[in-house]
Amino acid sequence: MNSEDILNNFTQSDYKYGFTTNIETETFPKGLNEDIIRKLSQIKEEPDFMLQWRLEAFRYWQNMKMPNWAHLNIPPIDYQDIIYYAAPKQKKSPQSLDEIDPELKKTFDKLGIPLEEQKQLSGVAVDAVMDSVSIKTTFKETLANLGIIFCSMSEAIKEHSDLVKKYLGSVVPYTDNFFAALNSAVFSDGSFVYIPKGIRCPMELSTYFRINAKNTGQFERTLIIADEDSYVSYLEGCTAPMRDENQLHAAVVELIALRNAEIKYSTVQNWYPGDKQGKGGIYNFVTKRGICKEENSKISWTQVETGSAITWKYPSCILKGDNSIGEFYSVALTNHYQQADTGTKMIHIGKNTRSRIVSKGISAGQSQNSYRGLVKIMKNADNARNFTQCDSMLLSDRCGAHTFPYIEIDNQTAIAEHEATTSRIGEDQIFYCNQRGISTEDAIGLIVNGYAREILNQLPMEFAVEAQKLLQISLENSVG
Amino acid sequence: MLKIKNLKAQINGKQILKGINLEVNAGEIHAIMGPNGSGKSTLAAVLAGRDYVEVNHGEVIFMGKNLLEISPEERARMGIFLGFQYPVEIPGVSMVSFMRTAVNEIRKYRNLSPLSSSDFLKYMREKKELIEIDTQLTNRSVNEGFSGGEKKKNEIFQMAMLEPKLSILDETDSGLDIDALKIVANGVNKLKNSDNAYVVITHYQRLLDYIIPDFVHVLYDGKIVKTAGKELALELEKNGYDWIKKEYQN
Repeated sequence: MNSEDILNNFTQSDYKYGFTTNIETETFPKGLNEDIIRKLSQIKEEPDFMLQWRLEAFRYWQNMKMPNWAHLNIPPIDYQDIIYYAAPKQKKSPQSLDEIDPELKKTFDKLGIPLEEQKQLSGVAVDAVMDSVSIKTTFKETLANLGIIFCSMSEAIKEHSDLVKKYLGSVVPYTDNFFAALNSAVFSDGSFVYIPKGIRCPMELSTYFRINAKNTGQFERTLIIADEDSYVSYLEGCTAPMRDENQLHAAVVELIALRNAEIKYSTVQNWYPGDKQGKGGIYNFVTKRGICKEENSKISWTQVETGSAITWKYPSCILKGDNSIGEFYSVALTNHYQQADTGTKMIHIGKNTRSRIVSKGISAGQSQNSYRGLVKIMKNADNARNFTQCDSMLLSDRCGAHTFPYIEIDNQTAIAEHEATTSRIGEDQIFYCNQRGISTEDAIGLIVNGYAREILNQLPMEFAVEAQKLLQISLENSVG
Repeated sequence: MLKIKNLKAQINGKQILKGINLEVNAGEIHAIMGPNGSGKSTLAAVLAGRDYVEVNHGEVIFMGKNLLEISPEERARMGIFLGFQYPVEIPGVSMVSFMRTAVNEIRKYRNLSPLSSSDFLKYMREKKELIEIDTQLTNRSVNEGFSGGEKKKNEIFQMAMLEPKLSILDETDSGLDIDALKIVANGVNKLKNSDNAYVVITHYQRLLDYIIPDFVHVLYDGKIVKTAGKELALELEKNGYDWIKKEYQN
């Protein structure tokens, strides 16, 4: 078999998170209407402002159409055929670990996310979310001593409603887009983080999202507020069981960085991508946006995207404060029939704002991988700078790599640079590795990881190794 | 160790090798010389297992096995090393992880356990000292941004790390200044022993001032047309290839 055939056969990948947890689940009937939303708000014991907001969003959403500008082929979605709330049955808000169903604990153990604090990676606090609810948030008390709030969104709505009221929807209003409106109406949980003035969060905060129930959509909402002179590094990971039908995941993430604050947000997205024939998999339609609200603030997005049947996602930065900095580092790997349309938006409003975009796309099999990025420099953004580097690597002759850069500049003093490359994985590189005794499969893993190195280096150390393995696994094939 | 019998091979339908016979034994150094386009690099490519060369006749036996049926990585694990004429850059892949993967693959083949990180780094340091290459080179990505000379030195360093049985150096001397040439030659001379063998492909006899071959073969028009001792290289240097061509055509 020559290396061309090996590349063409580069299709078999084992998704090791594809198991299901057998646990009794409380679910709502399928479909979406105002009653469902009222019921959801009620079950979560939400204050009235939240219910009213959800209803407004829902009414707005009803008049919207799904966007179709992305380079994606999305089969029609029947929004009345989805379950909008599914929660593992357990005692309401368990006070200690002993009250959490052992099956749930086992599930997260299997995913490598132990809920016992002493078993965890040192320096990482986790909020574990299954389907529509948060199961457990670790190290909450430790963090609370510093004034840091790290809890589930549901809890934040009840306990910290002033902050939620002030910031929820302030970066991504429900009018923003179809999926943001849907999420605003039906979001069920997610994480909430508040870092008080002058505090440097001593641990990595992380949320692990798991979809388990069938026919269910997951709609989580994350809100992170970094007050003046604070710092936080946050990481999210996601997996789902292997199922033949597609499942919808429509999340919204909002970040707010005040004066001199820095938020580093990393994602390792490994939703079930569907099988070799493109059957099943998660539709990952996500709106992520951060605002550098005041001067000298910084927001940095890093994403390693290997999962999902379809990805539609553009983590963005609004650089409002003078001297603020936005960064976007991305590796998106697509295989089989996966489709990804992902990138970022950097909106320069303040003076001396800087942004940096480094995107690495890797396409294999029959997949389609698009980078879509907007750099917008507004009238008053004197001396704004942007650097964009956008590379694509092709592993087969049946996949596609596409780049859609948009650059809008309304200020004479601004400088925007854009570099782009597209390359086929080198037969010469593979042969060079072969000649040193390295198999073609391992060679591709090495080369792809090398190609993504600049991005992987941005991840918190504890997760960089995981991400590297993930890239390798996503490319595993059956050729022995 | 290596026996090539009446080997014929083509690239894109063009016959390049037209019947090569060559026997290499342990402890020997063979130089293969010849004008451009005579098939020297194609021979190296066949031995390493490049798939763009199609073998249409003959056989190649290495350590008693039919080499042509074996995958390139398996050949490497068996002990065939090719020093590339144009070493390939692999951006972002550190020399350490590249070499560690390669060394451990070869150790696995030899039924040895993989080297731990610290043992590997120690092993690498020893080989670097032996070859006298710049420490900086191994801190970088594989061949990325290396000068021509650095790339060739890096090939010799990899050869030292992998301890092959048969090393084929494909014009490793081209593009080297005299100091780099000496490093390459010294490397070969230090690594040479009674268990391994070298096939040195070169244009110029210059390299053979430092690596003394046991045999010199002249490859012309896809065949080995002359074989002699090291004095043949000097004769070629003095008189060029024209007399060989003439002799062959008659």
